[in-house]
Amino acid sequence: MSAQSLPHPNGNNGHTAQRRVIVCAGTGCVASGAYKVFQALVDQVRAAGLPVITEFRPEHEADAVRLNKSGCQGFCQMGPLVTVLPENLLYNKVRVEDVAAIVAETLVAGRLVERLLYVDSTTKKRCRGVEEIPFYQRQQRFVLRSCGTIDPESIDEYVHQGGYAAAKKAYVQMTPEQICQEITRSGLRGRGGGGFPTGRKWEAARSQPEGKKYVICNADEGDPGAFMNRSVMEGNPHSVLEGLMIAARAIGADETLIYVRTEYPLAVQRMRSAVKDAEARGFLGDNAFGTGRPLRCEVMEGAGAFVCGEETAMIASIEGQRGMPRPKPPFPAQSGLWGKPTIINNVETLAHAVRIVNEGAEQFRTLGTAASPGTKTFALTGHVANTGLVEVPFGATLREVVFDIGGGITDRRGKVTRDGFKAVQIGGPSGGCLTRDHLDLPLDYDSLRGAGAMVGSGGLVAMNSKTCMVSSARFFMDFTQRESCGKCVLCREGTRQMLALLDDIIEGRATAGTLELLQKLASAVQKGSLCGLGKTAPNPVLSTLRHFREEYDAHVFHKHCPTGQCKALAKPSIDPAKCKGCTACAKKCPVNAITGERKQAHTINQALCIKCGVCVDTCKLDAVIGV
Amino acid sequence: MTAKRKPEGTGRRFVKVCHILDQHNRNPARLVPILQAVQEEYRYLPQEVLTYVATALGVSPARVYGVATFYAHFTILPKGKHLVRLCDGTACHVKESVPILRALQKRLGVDEQKRLGVDDRRKTTEDMLFTVETVACLGACGLAPVVVIDDQVYGQQSPESAVKLVEALITQEAQ
Ligand SMILES: Cc1cc2nc3c(=O)[nH]c(=O)nc-3n(C[C@H](O)[C@H](O)[C@H](O)COP(=O)(O)O)c2cc1C
Ligand code: SF4
Ligand code: SF4
Ligand code: FES
Ligand code: FES
Repeated sequence: MSAQSLPHPNGNNGHTAQRRVIVCAGTGCVASGAYKVFQALVDQVRAAGLPVITEFRPEHEADAVRLNKSGCQGFCQMGPLVTVLPENLLYNKVRVEDVAAIVAETLVAGRLVERLLYVDSTTKKRCRGVEEIPFYQRQQRFVLRSCGTIDPESIDEYVHQGGYAAAKKAYVQMTPEQICQEITRSGLRGRGGGGFPTGRKWEAARSQPEGKKYVICNADEGDPGAFMNRSVMEGNPHSVLEGLMIAARAIGADETLIYVRTEYPLAVQRMRSAVKDAEARGFLGDNAFGTGRPLRCEVMEGAGAFVCGEETAMIASIEGQRGMPRPKPPFPAQSGLWGKPTIINNVETLAHAVRIVNEGAEQFRTLGTAASPGTKTFALTGHVANTGLVEVPFGATLREVVFDIGGGITDRRGKVTRDGFKAVQIGGPSGGCLTRDHLDLPLDYDSLRGAGAMVGSGGLVAMNSKTCMVSSARFFMDFTQRESCGKCVLCREGTRQMLALLDDIIEGRATAGTLELLQKLASAVQKGSLCGLGKTAPNPVLSTLRHFREEYDAHVFHKHCPTGQCKALAKPSIDPAKCKGCTACAKKCPVNAITGERKQAHTINQALCIKCGVCVDTCKLDAVIGV
Repeated sequence: MTAKRKPEGTGRRFVKVCHILDQHNRNPARLVPILQAVQEEYRYLPQEVLTYVATALGVSPARVYGVATFYAHFTILPKGKHLVRLCDGTACHVKESVPILRALQKRLGVDEQKRLGVDDRRKTTEDMLFTVETVACLGACGLAPVVVIDDQVYGQQSPESAVKLVEALITQEAQ
């Protein structure tokens, strides 16, 4: 192993640099074994004779090592992640067996363990830490800033970093009017999907007559394939709680509630312990920040219904009912939980509010665009080299996110391909797709809406050229169809019929009439649905129809799926130019449909083939096409 | 009241339910957390418990049943000893989660028919050892495709690796 020496940790400007090792313990890294790595570190650092500190201390002895767990750092794919401070090294895919090297080489001898460093997929360069990793380099992390360094279970550390100063300021120095004005001036828009101006929403609830009011934090994160809110709750739960307190002060509420998705047990646990610690500190309770005002917070788990992310459905769910939306107006800001003025804000919106109160509206507006100020976190997933959480200012382009940060599109074997980009689906099941033509489109609320898509919660799924867009639309339709609460006929039945029409297309039963009917139904469902779920359910179909009409036509009129994903339409064949006659596929075919002489191009007997796709997976030369 | 009329065995069961109800001050508004706690205890929501909860809260059994069947997290049928959940959220779906589901269903001889709304029973093996379900995203999308077995998350799975995980449990159970 070539070991590169590191400057002595205590060598910089006479200041005693604190030795610290952080193990990511978010859902992803825990799944990859982070707890075991952490325990091994504690044991082995101790065995090496170094004092170990596991709780927060502002200062500690130079030879001691502070070990702590953090929340998700957004790069779960490379987990478990281990950060070494003060050098700010990032070791990735660390296994228990690697801990000995980290302790002996880095912590004791002050050398790098090169093999644990991240290797950039494009330049093949080893990166020492986040400053050198393109995935992180090009992001501007605000909401996610402390996720990954701070110990999420230590209120002391949060306070030490200036935490709860904004809430205190809101309670002690500012009036509710001033808070609402500041948020309005910042131009903050809701990060939960709609992009509604937060200041205006708060002002609407504030101006209601005094009395019982509620604030709810929407942590239901229903968009499948998105995990921005989970990461913030796991990584920096106090920032969410502090935002919630500011909102409560702004509208004059004394009760708050955090509605967390039940699929996120770690986030639930971290939020609950944050609430408990804030109570112990006197930030929550009968006398918030010594102002004599009561302020309470409760964490409630959802029960697995996407529609409960919708405000009025969430309120019904909290009241112990089925989570079904009701018509608006009255808006929750006028009449919400138990008929009282209620505001509901997304996790990320609340986390932004903390910074706005701390640093002022002007500072917030320095990033992003005029109409969409600030940053937004996207969950970048699908066929990209680097999947993970990406926080960029509004106005960043799709190209920057997918190529510069995401590292480009990958093929089905996970290798980066040059021309692989086909589309991204943005905004989850309510959103739409963006194509090659949109690569330079700035990502912000208004441009996306103009392109027939939406920011939504921030799910961004990249799809390579082997992805069938009809199947993709079907996937989302299947989801919304299942999640429809059933209140509106057009949503309940319409989505089901749209799904059946898509199945007809995919399975080769469609005619020209099918597409026409699909379009008609789509607009009927949009018009005839009460809540956002039904209103936006047709979006994935409409936007794929708009941008990939030829793909629908191929399915309908030629009974052909251009990507070969739709099994019922598949006609696998072997490209004689590519086939070297290795016989691998013929041996694997379960029905012996493949014949040919060794070293001669093989052929497939369509009458026998059951379209299982085994041959495609088997062929190393990619000679089998059409499945 | 209802508890008194029940036979011994079931009566004792209600002690725990009573405890849960009391923790929530027998407040009907707390129906969702109450059912969550009950399910945590029994692993499903037995019908007689639902009726008991309704009586104790002073609401109609239909209201309780309505809530219990609305939310995907609740189940009114007993589940297998091991709960195998395959993520079919967008991130996992594009990374080919469906072949994993098929492989698991084939290995265990179960069939998820949720979409057609028929017979939840077919998600569970006859020996009541395994239940196979899909969920929409567990928030571990960076590790797609993801399988969760008894709350342990396994990332970057393939049909073969997922079947192996299940087979390890089968061997363990056979011993
Ligand atoms: C079907 C449906 C699902 C939704 N799911 C969520 C969600 O998971 N998280 C969220 O913050 N907002 C969700 N919303 C949007 C909320 O209704 C609401 O607009 C948002 O929480 C407001 O907060 P914000 O202004 O901070 O964005 C959903 C809306 C609909 C119609
Ligand atoms: S649009 Fe769909 S989800 Fe929304 S209220 Fe109507 S039926 Fe329910
Ligand atoms: S798709 Fe399956 S059945 Fe058809 S030729 Fe290939 S291996 Fe044989
Ligand atoms: S859980 Fe560690 S980076 Fe996401
Ligand atoms: S989509 Fe599978 S974990 Fe998110």
